[in-house]
Amino acid sequence: MVAQAAIDRAEMQARAWEAAAAVPDPEVPCVTVADLGILRSVDIDEAGMAVAKVTPTYSGCPATLAIELSVETALREAGFDARVERVMSPAWTTDWIGEDAREKLREYGIAPPVEASGSIRSLFGETQVACPRCGSTDTSRISEFGSTPCKAHYRCEACLEPFDYFKCI
Amino acid sequence: MKEELYELLLRLADDHLILGHRVSEWCGHAPTLEEDLALPNIALDLIGQARSLYTYAGEVEGKGRDEDQLAYLRLERDYRNLLLVERPNGDFAHTILRQLYFSVFMQAWWREAVKSTDETLAAIAAKAVKETVYHVRHAAEWTIRLGDGTAESARRMADAVEALDRYTGEMFASDAVTDALAEAGIAPDPASLKAEWDRVIAEVFAEAMLEMPDAQTYQQTGGRQGKHGEEMGFLLADLQYMQRAYPGMTW
Repeated sequence: MVAQAAIDRAEMQARAWEAAAAVPDPEVPCVTVADLGILRSVDIDEAGMAVAKVTPTYSGCPATLAIELSVETALREAGFDARVERVMSPAWTTDWIGEDAREKLREYGIAPPVEASGSIRSLFGETQVACPRCGSTDTSRISEFGSTPCKAHYRCEACLEPFDYFKCI
Repeated sequence: MKEELYELLLRLADDHLILGHRVSEWCGHAPTLEEDLALPNIALDLIGQARSLYTYAGEVEGKGRDEDQLAYLRLERDYRNLLLVERPNGDFAHTILRQLYFSVFMQAWWREAVKSTDETLAAIAAKAVKETVYHVRHAAEWTIRLGDGTAESARRMADAVEALDRYTGEMFASDAVTDALAEAGIAPDPASLKAEWDRVIAEVFAEAMLEMPDAQTYQQTGGRQGKHGEEMGFLLADLQYMQRAYPGMTW
């Protein structure tokens, strides 16, 4: 009986994860909140409620609330009572973006983060970023602050296209 | 220790809210399109950090106040921010220098606070320190570009150094609150961050061909005790307008 309950719960948990993990990022819809590592976990509590843990990318990211609502909605649509909790620790890092998601970003026209977060410590650090369109590394940084908090603005000197770079943090 | 922690969180949250508000005033007015994106992005980070700090301050205080009540429904004398962060934007050089001074200070502060014995503060710090690195770099690059730029831009940077120097000392002022928290390993003693701040500022100024200010300048303080400059009232009138006109409004 107890064993059966545990199995049921594990199944529910897997189903809830699947539903929440499929939610696309509102600002970068080519990847999901699970791809980006924003969705940390989904558990089923004692009362059978799905509890999703979500972490913000940046302290002031305006998409955080939209993401929390979308995850809760997705869980409810999958038939769960749901609640979303915001977790601050450990702090989100671009290191959590998987290889598949990096490829999806590139195809979408956003250069994926190239280095681990440790590299941003230098005062005047320069990062070599490859153009997501033509692959050239002959690129220049226009601004470290782009269209969203998580992106910088670059230009390719080879194909002359401007592009977004998902900056390391 | 609860009272000291609440006081510290409020100081820090006020610093970030007020500077975030000041920087947000540039939205739509920055000198280039890239800066018009960069400055509001930085303001967003600062206000995001303020939100985490206010929320935690409300929990520590334990009187049921949330981030909005703390941010919008206090009187001028209850704000604990540094005088530096409420200084008007002035020209772009003033804004950049104010940002450099504060970001370099906060970078050193957050790096220490990551090791805080207070788990929530350590978590906020771990997030904020990474964002602050970008703020420092942005301000440092502009300081160099302007200081070592044209005669006009160099003059404006030098004017900003002259105008803001007297507000830097307050960042490093210790008192009973910071002493108690440093003792408990909760927050760094601000005085201990002065050497690192001096080192980074000297490095940037050297590259920017800017002269370091006279170390003997009289330092103006009072923000931590709620004694603000006359510009603060105008800032709060703008910041608090909606909540004062329509108390409790949401959208």
